[in-house]
Amino acid sequence: MNTHSDRFRAPSIPKSAMPLSTAALLISSLTTLLTWFVLWQLALAMAGVTEEQVAVSLEKKMYWSAMLARVSDLPWFAWLVLAVLALVPLLLFFPTVKAILQARQARTALQFENLIAARVATANSSNFSWYAIGYSVFVVLFFGGIWFVIAKDIAVGNTFFKLDLMWEKASLVVSAFLTNVFIFMVAQVFILIWGLLIALARMVPGAAGQPIRLLATLYTDAFRGLPSVITIYLIGFGLPLTGFPILGDLPPVWYAIFALTLTYGAYVAEVYRAGIESIHPSQMMAARSLGLNFTQTMRFVIVPQAIRRIIPPLLNDFIGLQKDTALVNVIGTIDAFNQSRILASNNFNLSTVTIVAILFVLITIPQARLVDRLLEKDASKTRGAK
Amino acid sequence: MSFLEINNVVKRFGSLDVLRGINLSVEEHQVVCLIGPSGCGKSTLLRCINGLEPISGGEIRILGDRVSGAGVDVDRLRRDVGIVFQSFNLFPHMTVLENICLAPRQVLKLSKEEAESRAIELLRRVQLEQKAKAFPDQLSGGQQQRVAIARALAMQPMLMLLDEITSALDPELVAEVLDLVRDLAAEGMTMLLATHEMGFAKEVSSKVCFLYQGVVHEEGSPERIFGDPTEDRTRGFLKSIIEAGRM
Repeated sequence: MNTHSDRFRAPSIPKSAMPLSTAALLISSLTTLLTWFVLWQLALAMAGVTEEQVAVSLEKKMYWSAMLARVSDLPWFAWLVLAVLALVPLLLFFPTVKAILQARQARTALQFENLIAARVATANSSNFSWYAIGYSVFVVLFFGGIWFVIAKDIAVGNTFFKLDLMWEKASLVVSAFLTNVFIFMVAQVFILIWGLLIALARMVPGAAGQPIRLLATLYTDAFRGLPSVITIYLIGFGLPLTGFPILGDLPPVWYAIFALTLTYGAYVAEVYRAGIESIHPSQMMAARSLGLNFTQTMRFVIVPQAIRRIIPPLLNDFIGLQKDTALVNVIGTIDAFNQSRILASNNFNLSTVTIVAILFVLITIPQARLVDRLLEKDASKTRGAK
Repeated sequence: MSFLEINNVVKRFGSLDVLRGINLSVEEHQVVCLIGPSGCGKSTLLRCINGLEPISGGEIRILGDRVSGAGVDVDRLRRDVGIVFQSFNLFPHMTVLENICLAPRQVLKLSKEEAESRAIELLRRVQLEQKAKAFPDQLSGGQQQRVAIARALAMQPMLMLLDEITSALDPELVAEVLDLVRDLAAEGMTMLLATHEMGFAKEVSSKVCFLYQGVVHEEGSPERIFGDPTEDRTRGFLKSIIEAGRM
């Protein structure tokens, strides 16, 4: 008969950790060399050396003397920064050396048939190896990025990140960005109300509600399918042409708000609906059993719970909306993007558009963190022992 | 005229007949227990009485007034008939106090002060006044169910329907809820309850009905149903309960 001891008669011997730790050593070394190469290029770029000058010095076979003479002019703090950066890749050798030591320890333990010690050392060694490799990848990508920006006489850097131009035009672009902020702030309020109305219209109960449900469904289908740039274009240019009173002579910003509300109202209506449908039917039953009617049940029991659940997807849609405010340039509104494009063509440089890009990213990050905090606060309030 | 009359009530879900002609009456201040195997229709019957499920046939009357069928003011009916569920169904985004005050304020249009003083009184009665500001998820199952009972009582119903209110509770929490129901019975509250707590049913009820496959298979005093049931099905059911060690 088979016993358990039969099955474990041959314990597994750990594989040697040497190859992996050697690979880690190789990768760390290459990473360090690449880093130093990029830093050298960076020093040259900072000293204002052009590709042409490099080519000439190579031709005259005096590359090092010429280049060292140039970089020696750099101020001391530039050297300090470069030196600190040059030390960064050396940190990779801490895990690498540990990996190799552990791999050797594993080999020794195996010679003394100490299986358990060998396994522990092997596991440690491979952990340290992967640690070194993972950080190497990060360092390579980071310095690769720097190289990309400074290559070809700082081609990318001068096209997108011309700091003096950015600094000079920042206030113009930022004040134009207030138009974007105004558009999405107002639109968000409208969208919250309009989206809820559409969502509730899609859920009106009974056979009598059929036509209302149908209308609401048609609306969401149409405006989710329509690209928002087309909606903005049609409304922004079309409504003034109709000559309707009030509706025909609003400032362009309000057409943008109107168009974005129509588009994003359709998205947000679906988010609301999903949130409302995610509330368990027993909540509806409990509220109705207390004598609350359908409207009261929705208002006090279902919608408040649904809103807590839909805040994260709602933020998603709002970030989409905020980015889409850049589309209002098609109807000639001077928003941040339009302003920066004008500046870009006046200065033959895209750096002013980079400012807009940075502004859009900067406004979304605090919102995401705020929502996280709100949800956490609400969760800790309603849950757990008190 | 009985307080509650259920005449030949039928309930179908598609092709499934859940209630197949239920006849039952409850007198004022009576406590009637519904017992029977799972799926026999106990919960469905309670929901039909409260108007949460429309019935497919027959009629339900309270004090002679027909409360089933088209045109009945179900919101009004539910004001008079409270129901407590197996899974508590408290509103998780509201405090205990808000849970209890919601219906009195919105349906009975009581002022905030009136509703709160009524709620505090009820919380004192279910011995949870110190939990007024807590949220449901911060309470034990037994405490949540006591709040659910207080919430139903806040509407001052004429009839209470209790749907297996201890089935979702840990055994050590059952007693605190049953004690409360016992008190209500002693005060003369008219109650109709579906339960698996046979010992409790025996002790508290004025009448026990054994439901089987959507009809009242046997009914009588608790002494007779538990002591000397006449029907084979009833005997079989009670035998399996005893074998399971639940009585």
